[in-house]
Amino acid sequence: MNNLDIKNQATINIEVILLLEAIFQKYGYDFRDYSKAHIKRRILHRMSTSRFSTISEMQHKVLNDEAFFEQILKDFSINVTEMFRDPSFYLKFREDIIPILKTYPFIKIWHAGCSTGEEVYSMAIILKEEGIYDRCQIYATDFNQVVIQKAKEGIYPINKVKEFTYNYQKAGGINSFSDYYTAKYESAILNTDLKKNIVFADHNLVTDKVFAEVHLLVCRNVLIYFNKQLQDKVIRLFNESIIPGGYLCLGSKESLRFSDSFHHFDTIDDDEKIYKRKLHFKR
Amino acid sequence: MKPRIIVIGSSAGGLQALKIIFSLFKNDFSIPIIVVQHISPHSDNYITTYLDKICKIKVKEANEKEIIEDGTIYFAPPNFHLLLEENFTFSLSTEERVNFARPSIDVLFETAAFAYGNNVVGIILTGANFDGAAGLKTIKKYGGTTIVQDPKTAEVDTMPSSAIRESKVDHILSLEEIAKLLISLNKE
Repeated sequence: MNNLDIKNQATINIEVILLLEAIFQKYGYDFRDYSKAHIKRRILHRMSTSRFSTISEMQHKVLNDEAFFEQILKDFSINVTEMFRDPSFYLKFREDIIPILKTYPFIKIWHAGCSTGEEVYSMAIILKEEGIYDRCQIYATDFNQVVIQKAKEGIYPINKVKEFTYNYQKAGGINSFSDYYTAKYESAILNTDLKKNIVFADHNLVTDKVFAEVHLLVCRNVLIYFNKQLQDKVIRLFNESIIPGGYLCLGSKESLRFSDSFHHFDTIDDDEKIYKRKLHFKR
Repeated sequence: MKPRIIVIGSSAGGLQALKIIFSLFKNDFSIPIIVVQHISPHSDNYITTYLDKICKIKVKEANEKEIIEDGTIYFAPPNFHLLLEENFTFSLSTEERVNFARPSIDVLFETAAFAYGNNVVGIILTGANFDGAAGLKTIKKYGGTTIVQDPKTAEVDTMPSSAIRESKVDHILSLEEIAKLLISLNKE
């Protein structure tokens, strides 16, 4: 294969921008401020898997074939997660945040970008073990309806259970992880009582507004896919969604430190990325 | 032409190999180096702490959106893919494993090629799998320079051998020769 010259590379960059614009205009999904490296890699992989010779050629297909667009949507959204992902976070949460939540008569929680639901159920298990689940209302949202449906079902491959159990124990679980699921064929079916106070809903952090006013907002490993401007915009949305004194939990490699809204928050735990919205903000 | 970025992929035996290369650099080595070393998802930061102690240039873990600086060696954090953006920053990703690895060498190498084209040097070192072969091919396709550790000198030769099979690489060298070549590129 011939080397790609500089001109070709510049053309590819233009085609990426045009494709994202086309998707936004036609379908309303806005990937224009996603991490460019991530999106470009996904586009070029789809292009070669589906045997298009240029992105422009693929753009025609995206605009005219909704099923193909659904495939692209799947390519762009990352839905790899696990129960109690980063156990040290859940341990810290249990030790430092739960005692404070226990003092509230009613607790509203928003899990934004919940993907297939593993981490929402992880939180539900902790809330149950700490005896406050019945006082909680959990909103779990994602922009991808396919994963929301999976999250609602709460059924995971049985071969994941070993990892989930390991994480659960590391996260300070007080029971046996097997108390929370029933094994059937190749699946682990989570107990339905974990779902009682969870509402799963479609919400897009990029294009939708404040979803609810909450005491706790969990959004882990979502911001890493956004560019700096979009990160700032979404964190402003979080700031508007959390009551003063409420908590924000991000992924282990996501930090508020470089965000425009950093001064609105106190850092509760720098390693586990737990923040508290200031009660009184003075500039 | 002095390259703008060097990317290195290593796996089994990698720490020792990286140590040999990096310890030959003096503090005037300015081209930023980005490394994917395969590691357990649960490992701590012992590699960067150790190398930082023995190297004359700074060694650290790459942070999300961090600005890449000259004279620094960055390592992908455990359990995340590391991607290079055009504006000399990093992105991280939790997407599925590539070639059973997260971080994956292919992911870093592809995004390095997409963002920096012929200004990239890609290097594959010792390892017991096939990660990096496709990424190195992409770097070559985008006009970059490709180097593979001579399999005869590698602790485990699977990874360098598969990279050599996958594409026509520019240089097949021992670790000491790789260090020497990089030092001469740094002076251009």
